[in-house]
Amino acid sequence: MGLLSNAAALLGKEVRTEFRSRELLSTTIVFVLIVVVLFSFTFDPTTNESHRFGPGLLWLAFLFAASLMLQPCFLREQTNDTLSALRLAVSDPFAIFLAKIGANTLFLLLTELLMLPVFAALFNVNFRGQLPGILLTFLLGSLGISTAGTALAAISAQARMRELLLPLLLLPLLAPILVASTEVTVGLMSADPAMQWKGIGFLAVFDVVFLTALWLFGEYLLEE
Amino acid sequence: MAKRVVLCAAAVLLVIAAAYASFFIAPEERTMGDLQRIFYFHVSCAWAGLTAFLIGFASNLLYVWKRNEKYDWLGVTCAEVGVAFTTIVLISGPIWAKPAWGIYWTWDARLTSTFVLWLLYISYLLLRTLVEEPNRRALLSALFGIFAFIDVPIVFGAIRWWRTQHPAPVIMGGPNSGLAPGMRPTFYFAVLAMHLFMWFLISERYALEKLRGEVEVLRREAEAS
Repeated sequence: MGLLSNAAALLGKEVRTEFRSRELLSTTIVFVLIVVVLFSFTFDPTTNESHRFGPGLLWLAFLFAASLMLQPCFLREQTNDTLSALRLAVSDPFAIFLAKIGANTLFLLLTELLMLPVFAALFNVNFRGQLPGILLTFLLGSLGISTAGTALAAISAQARMRELLLPLLLLPLLAPILVASTEVTVGLMSADPAMQWKGIGFLAVFDVVFLTALWLFGEYLLEE
Repeated sequence: MAKRVVLCAAAVLLVIAAAYASFFIAPEERTMGDLQRIFYFHVSCAWAGLTAFLIGFASNLLYVWKRNEKYDWLGVTCAEVGVAFTTIVLISGPIWAKPAWGIYWTWDARLTSTFVLWLLYISYLLLRTLVEEPNRRALLSALFGIFAFIDVPIVFGAIRWWRTQHPAPVIMGGPNSGLAPGMRPTFYFAVLAMHLFMWFLISERYALEKLRGEVEVLRREAEAS
């Protein structure tokens, strides 16, 4: 109970901080839009090709966006010197991670949902009738990206060249998420849509493995 | 000093002997002919690299638990040696693949996960250069090492499920697999030789890292006084 109520309070704080300025969300959305538009120059985006390559490019754009969006989540605490206060305030440091993962998943999911219709229109992809499946994929994929990303943001925040370091550490680690979520999305957006439960299960396993790893080792990431 | 010379001589001699055995003693493979002989070198390097990463993972865990700088030295040593062996694997593989498959590279499960493994440990080594304070560097890199190591089986699973040309596992690959009896002695000898060579590299690199750690402490003391 203590862990969850602490995490809920901190999640409220993260969301309030973001929605007062909306800096993170607006920059991330514009970034994904730019990447998606630039990708369209690399092949003919209205043919059958877009059904095959489109979802992969979309997820790649989300991954790049996340590696930029996750930067400030510990940096902000560091510049304001609030991390020690946070650690003193909670009984279990995992609550800090849970809150940040929750907030980052939410921001990522919002970006993805806003970009989905834009992507579908630009790349001539149809996702009608498949919204529940796409939502589930987006949710599990974003949770995995945020879990691994929050852990590595805590690492990179303590290093030099942190802006470059986070994508370097994070992107190879997220290779399984990219493969699985792309495959599921390709299945859902194809002419003959099908739900790949195997891929959904795989994403869930990734999420559980990294949440467990963070639960076990998270407190060491916040040591001073 | 004498111990190091003996270890070095033994490792080098064994690797040369393994090379001789793989070229002249091991039987010729039925379909691939002499091309298959790279297998003894390629697979033994891959196993030696994986052993190094496994020791590295154990020392990362031990560092987080015990906070003894020895485990940090061993962690970075194993990462570097593992990266060296994996680099050899990534180069010797395409040399075999071009004549056997007609292409240098294919995005198959084992190739791709080896590549990602290599990239992750390159990132690990880069991370170490970007944190100044020794204790912080040791802790952060140990934690990243742990995350990276648990990611590798997941990468392998993902690509095995959705992409898949590497020969099916020959060793421990289930029924109807396995090496021809005539090839076994050479193969296990090559694996042994490569592990001894790995151990020699690790012991040398560890001694260097230990010296570096001691120099760092002395420099700090000198700056403080």
